[in-house]
Formats: sequence, C-alpha cells, structure tokens
Amino acid sequence: MKTNDLILQTVTKITVFIIFAYSLTLFFAGHNSPGGGFVGGLITSAGIVLLLLAFDLKTITTILPFDFKKVAALGLLFAAGTGIGSFLFGVPFLTHSFGHFDLPIFGETELATAVLFDTGVYLVVVGVTMTIIQTIGEDDD
Amino acid sequence: MFDLLLNISLLLLSLSTLAYIYRVVKGPSTPDRVIALDAIGINLIGITAIISIILRSNSFLEIILLLGILAFIGTVAFSKFLEKGVVIERERDS
Repeated sequence: MKTNDLILQTVTKITVFIIFAYSLTLFFAGHNSPGGGFVGGLITSAGIVLLLLAFDLKTITTILPFDFKKVAALGLLFAAGTGIGSFLFGVPFLTHSFGHFDLPIFGETELATAVLFDTGVYLVVVGVTMTIIQTIGEDDD
Repeated sequence: MFDLLLNISLLLLSLSTLAYIYRVVKGPSTPDRVIALDAIGINLIGITAIISIILRSNSFLEIILLLGILAFIGTVAFSKFLEKGVVIERERDS
C-alpha cells in the first residue's frame, strides 16, 4: 500500500529547524543554566531522527553526508586536544581558562576554553547516537 | 491561596494521568495505548510547569520543551511502526 506522508513531511520541515535552534541554545547556555554538550547533542540527534522518520535513510545520508563515526572521532580529538593544549602553557592536564574579549557584534564577551571541550562532548554524542540509529536502520529484516 | 490553587491543579493533573494509565493498561488496541502515552507526556509537561511555579525556579523550563519534542518524536515513531511495519525506511518506493 502506497501512503502519502505530506502532513508529516511538511511539519518535519518546519519543526526540525526549531529543534536544531533549541539544541544550539542548550549547547551554548550550558555554562550558566541547565544544558550543555550532552543534552544538546541528544536533541540534535533527535532532530535528525525526526528527519529519518519523515523521509528515508537514503535521502538523509544525501543531505547530511557525514560519516558519523568520524564525527565521534573528531569530538574525541577536540576533547583530548583541549586537555593536551594546556601543556603548552605549562599547567596540568585539562586546566581550563577564560578571558574577556571585545567581539565585533556581541561587545565584550567572556570566552572560555571549556566550550571547546563541550564541543567535543557534543560531537561524540551526535556521532555515537547517529551511528547506532543508522546501523540499526540499515539492517535488513 | 495561590499555593492551594497550584496544589489542586497538580492533584487534577495526577488524577487525569491515572485515568490515562488505566487506558494504557486496559486499552483494547495499540493505537489507544499510543494516544494515551502521548497524552501522559503532555500531562507531564503541565506537571513540570506547575512544580516549577511551586518551587519558584525557572530551571525546569528547558525540560518542558524537551518533553514536548520527545513526546512528538516518540508518537511519530510509534505511529509509523503501526502503519508501515518499519520505523526507518531504507528507500522510499516512489
């Protein structure tokens, strides 16, 4: 039986942008309010899963041509790199620092190196979750 | 007075959640159970909102949006499984 998923696909096309924006909000708000890399990565994967539900595996791998195993590896590289980078300044492993910078649009902003570590967590969570879901979805019945 | 009203609405929401749980357990068909689980998720959103008012905290506001997204995705996945037998298709037949 051939079905037409017009309503689901139209709702998905609008909702996915809201979900991605919300995940970015959670990711960047993690320093001062609930949120952070883990839940931000989970919500990003939830948005991709919604795309997978509304469309099919082939379309999504075409529009998001990432190898999610490499995304997880890149995240681990980020997290380890921020740890090793602290050796450059002669301080113990994983020592984080922050500073105040004058950015063009945002004005004076506090930038912390913990965000880079959080980026690593985010990428690992997205990579691992999407690898699990795509591997299960590719399975023949 | 205000706290009494909040507690009363919390009680009503938990009674309605109990009624939904009765539907989940007793429901004759699977779509009944899926709809009841979706409505339980929406009730949880309301309970979270009321509890965050009672606790005078706005740290739970993220949870509300999160529960909405997760309830929606879960219901879509369940209904797609009921309709087509698969959750994620490999290739659309079109």
